[in-house]
Amino acid sequence: MRTAFIEELCKLAEEEERIWLLCGDLGYSVLERFRDRFPNRYVNVGVAEQNMTGMAAGLALCGKIVFTYSIANFPVMRCLEQIRNDICYHHANVKIVAVGGGLAYGAQGYTHHGVEDLAVMRVLPEMTVIAPGDPVETRLATRAIVSYNGPCYLRLGKAGEPIVHQTDPKFEIGKAILMQDGSSVTLISTGGMLATVMQAAQRLAENGIAARVLSMHTLAPLDREAILAAAAETGGIVTVEEHGIGGLASAVAEVLAVAGYAVPFRALHLPRKPTSHAGTQESLRSVHGLSVEGIVTVARALT
Amino acid sequence: MQTEIATTAELARRIRLHALRMVHRANASHIGTCLSMADLLACLYGSILRVRPQEPNWPQRDRFLLSKGHGAAILYAVLAERGFFPLEWLDSYCTDGSPLTGHISHHVPGVEVSTGSLGHGLSIGCGMALAGKRDGADYRVFVMLSDGELDEGSNWEPILFAGHHRLDNLVAIVDYNKIQSFGSVQEVLDLEPLKAKWEAFGWAAREIDGHDHEQILTTLQTLPFQAGRPSVVIAHTIKGKGVSYMEGELAWHYRSPNTELLRKALDELGGCE
Repeated sequence: MRTAFIEELCKLAEEEERIWLLCGDLGYSVLERFRDRFPNRYVNVGVAEQNMTGMAAGLALCGKIVFTYSIANFPVMRCLEQIRNDICYHHANVKIVAVGGGLAYGAQGYTHHGVEDLAVMRVLPEMTVIAPGDPVETRLATRAIVSYNGPCYLRLGKAGEPIVHQTDPKFEIGKAILMQDGSSVTLISTGGMLATVMQAAQRLAENGIAARVLSMHTLAPLDREAILAAAAETGGIVTVEEHGIGGLASAVAEVLAVAGYAVPFRALHLPRKPTSHAGTQESLRSVHGLSVEGIVTVARALT
Repeated sequence: MQTEIATTAELARRIRLHALRMVHRANASHIGTCLSMADLLACLYGSILRVRPQEPNWPQRDRFLLSKGHGAAILYAVLAERGFFPLEWLDSYCTDGSPLTGHISHHVPGVEVSTGSLGHGLSIGCGMALAGKRDGADYRVFVMLSDGELDEGSNWEPILFAGHHRLDNLVAIVDYNKIQSFGSVQEVLDLEPLKAKWEAFGWAAREIDGHDHEQILTTLQTLPFQAGRPSVVIAHTIKGKGVSYMEGELAWHYRSPNTELLRKALDELGGCE
């Protein structure tokens, strides 16, 4: 995803000279291509996320479209108040990009697990929150947030995620992508779980269960219509996210509860507990049911 | 220069009067910090800053950022005096539905950014200064800091950045009134040697009496102090300056003058107009 992001950003920067990129001294082997082509619109601010974020607001208030870039929690947590006050309150045109969201840095330990970011970002006013499902969605999301004037959070995986979309889908901020239709159950995926969710849907189909799959790449603003349609038209809803509480599951549950839909509902997410051991992304996901088997088991129980 | 000083001194007097009436009416805090930077603000808005009150978002304007956002009342006052908005608006300070919030708000014409949590303004100013440099624009960015807010580590990131990137269109002004929220600066977290710290980070620093208009104007007319370096003015000030019973008193970080004390304060400053 990070390769898709930086390639698209470079392409966009050719067309749009207001685009700037700030990094917090991370991005080796990724950001060089932007830095070398647009040195006048690039700054490595150093290991100083608070300053990076405040500066991004200042640049944006001078008419720039500013991307901040770092890994996992660094561009989100350390500088949360700068995001809230300097960016959101001023509706500054800043795009915060975190690579290695979720458990992508699995073996590095809990400090590097971005598993509360979606919850934290989606409660901020004005903030658009996007977690693309694959490199194709990443490319389209990057283009979409440049066109949109306002604060955005773009949560990416790392590198080497499988391509799920064989052709470009219609990508609109705040509109879920219908990956496949079905009526037995709806699987709602956000972020890098999409490939796994699609495999689970395939497995369910082999067992005679027709799953609707939504790629909910935008968590804020949320696609209420797609959620309510799923509740009305399918036998139940399963949310899948590489994230703890407060993210996709909570967002979907809020919509259902307010609408008064007593729909069968299951949420696959990480527990509210730090991981205390090393593990690959895949193994850490599996422990908490974020696997093909885990999704299939939960979905079958609903139908 | 003498005419200029007379003008800025009168502006300082007027905005002190406004601020006193505003905090009295709203029963608000922070009059001490307003009075300590009154002379600096009067010189900036009366003489130094290149701004257009009728066109607050004029792209080539100098930017002034109040990082010590709790000193809002007197910034509103000076903006109103300069014609950014009607003086009558000052009466609405901190009242229901008013844009004039107790901490500075960018929803008010002429205010660049909202602050209130300390340690934010200088980073934003750094971004604006960098934009100016790279765009080849000749505007300058002024950031007013309190002494207490220099406790925030987030200030030292942009101080390091601006020195490294030679942002000589950036000016920090420290309203060094020596009293922070819950004690004297010396007791709570001593900043000294303050000038040497800024210099060590690559800034050109000057120390001045922040109430002496001649010194303030002369200093701010010679910016940048050194080509290729950001400038910092360490302005020695007195919290509550201009009102005898407030000067140097921690309590006036919080208290609001009652009717009797307000009258006394206004009298000392040459009365209401």
